[in-house]
Amino acid sequence: MLSDITIGQFFPGNSVLHRLDPRVKLILVFTYIVAVFIPDNWLGLALSVALLLVLIGLSRIPPKVMIKGLKPVLPLLAFTSLINIFYVKGTILAEFWIFKISLEGIYTALFIAVRILCLIAAGSLLTYTTSPTALTDALERIMSPLKVLHVPVHEIAMMMTIALRFIPTLIEETDKIMSAQKARGADMESGNLLHRVKALIPVLVPLFVSSFRRAYDLATAMECRCYHGGEGRTRLKQFHMVLADYIAVAVMLLLVVLMIMTNLFSSAVL
Amino acid sequence: MWGYGYLESGGKQVTMFSVNDLCFKYEEEGADEKAVVLDNISLNIQKGSFVALLGHNGCGKSTLAKHFNAMLLPLGGTVFVKDMDTKDEDKVYNIRSTVGMVLQNPDNQLISTIVEEDVAFGPENLGVPPEEIRKRVDNALHAVGMYDYRLHASHKLSGGQKQRIAIAGVLAMNPECIVLDEPTAMLDPQGRHEVMETVCRLHREQGITVVLITHYMEEAVLADRVVVMEQGHLVMDGTPREVFSKAQILKDMQLDVPQPTELCHLLHHDGVALPTDVLTVEECVEALTLLLKK
Repeated sequence: MLSDITIGQFFPGNSVLHRLDPRVKLILVFTYIVAVFIPDNWLGLALSVALLLVLIGLSRIPPKVMIKGLKPVLPLLAFTSLINIFYVKGTILAEFWIFKISLEGIYTALFIAVRILCLIAAGSLLTYTTSPTALTDALERIMSPLKVLHVPVHEIAMMMTIALRFIPTLIEETDKIMSAQKARGADMESGNLLHRVKALIPVLVPLFVSSFRRAYDLATAMECRCYHGGEGRTRLKQFHMVLADYIAVAVMLLLVVLMIMTNLFSSAVL
Repeated sequence: MWGYGYLESGGKQVTMFSVNDLCFKYEEEGADEKAVVLDNISLNIQKGSFVALLGHNGCGKSTLAKHFNAMLLPLGGTVFVKDMDTKDEDKVYNIRSTVGMVLQNPDNQLISTIVEEDVAFGPENLGVPPEEIRKRVDNALHAVGMYDYRLHASHKLSGGQKQRIAIAGVLAMNPECIVLDEPTAMLDPQGRHEVMETVCRLHREQGITVVLITHYMEEAVLADRVVVMEQGHLVMDGTPREVFSKAQILKDMQLDVPQPTELCHLLHHDGVALPTDVLTVEECVEALTLLLKK
């Protein structure tokens, strides 16, 4: 049951997106996430969706996987849309009791829904096409100017690497402990919410204890392999910007410019 | 079966570890005399040798092993790795890259999600240039027979494969010695075989000094020297044949002897004319056939 978690899941591949410099990908995804909130008209919104669809196509990630990754946000999506439909004031289309539905409300709801879908999809596209280590590596390098401000950049990146490394191990262990407790007669699948939360305590306590033991072992192993912080450290993988990276940056810039243009020249619906 | 690294500088033996009057105890509140973990240990290990360190739980063998790469520092006495004193703080990374250490739990010593990035961890810490790291990682992965898995996710490998990756991670630091602290204790028979085969091959082909801590006597037989510890003392030291022929002493210390050795001992005890220094199944079969032909 726990193996369904897809945080930071990576689908190895050799597509254009896989081969892009992870630093570029990271920055472009952030730009995109901000850019989806620029347009206030249908054309601009269509543009951002179109780019996303092209990227998904380029990544050769099966659409099924993408859809599966979007499923968990559907409740959130439904909730924000509903709130928007009822809250935004404007031309009233229908009315019952204290609820009023306005045309503007429906538009806003649609925009918000599409935007959220776009940014979640873009984010997962990043993790699907970039190995976790490449990602943390890129993050470390992008943030390295912050070292001047005494931000522990290397330590943050190392913590993320280790966290990602141990997610599957800990999930496996949780499953094992749950089975062990069930074998002892623990009941985790019935009763009300409070009951079930209580039933998790005998799982979490051993999990915590074993995590500390693992942490101690890992620290020993790292010390044995001469780990002494980020100072004087070299990296196996060097990042080089190639033509594809520059093209990607250019495309993204073009998109942002186009979106701003649509805001200026197309009739706003928001 | 000496590795060729054993003889250097005109046939003279080179010392890898020299331990003199080593004493150690863990600092605990209200610790009494019993807390002494290592008591006056003196031991020399030659470069290129394969030493098995035996003893039951809590006898101090892991503590001794941690002194070999300066993870622990002696409270009394000295530990030298070649000519480097482990107390010398400037040499600690030299020592740790010379003496690689592989731990028991295969899950807890892999740092990175991807195999090759994990192997690169050691040389990255040492500040080795990227092209050189690439070479070392490839060589190390070839040496443990895991090159084809270089881009795999480390948590999806079997226990034996994970341990081989851990060995590769150590090899990438170009060590002269590998200390393995019960590397096979958590593995299935298949994984155990893989790991031991890898260790023996590295010792044989690359002349790497091996210090193996183990509970499995079948593994200790592969060494060319066996050291037995009890309660912080060295109690036996010799070739596997010498040590295991004293089966009774080992049993008094609650240690096993290899099964073929035990069989021959029991038969010998019951008056069957069998040698008592049998180590392997093959030798045992040979001795028995010889006996039956008579």
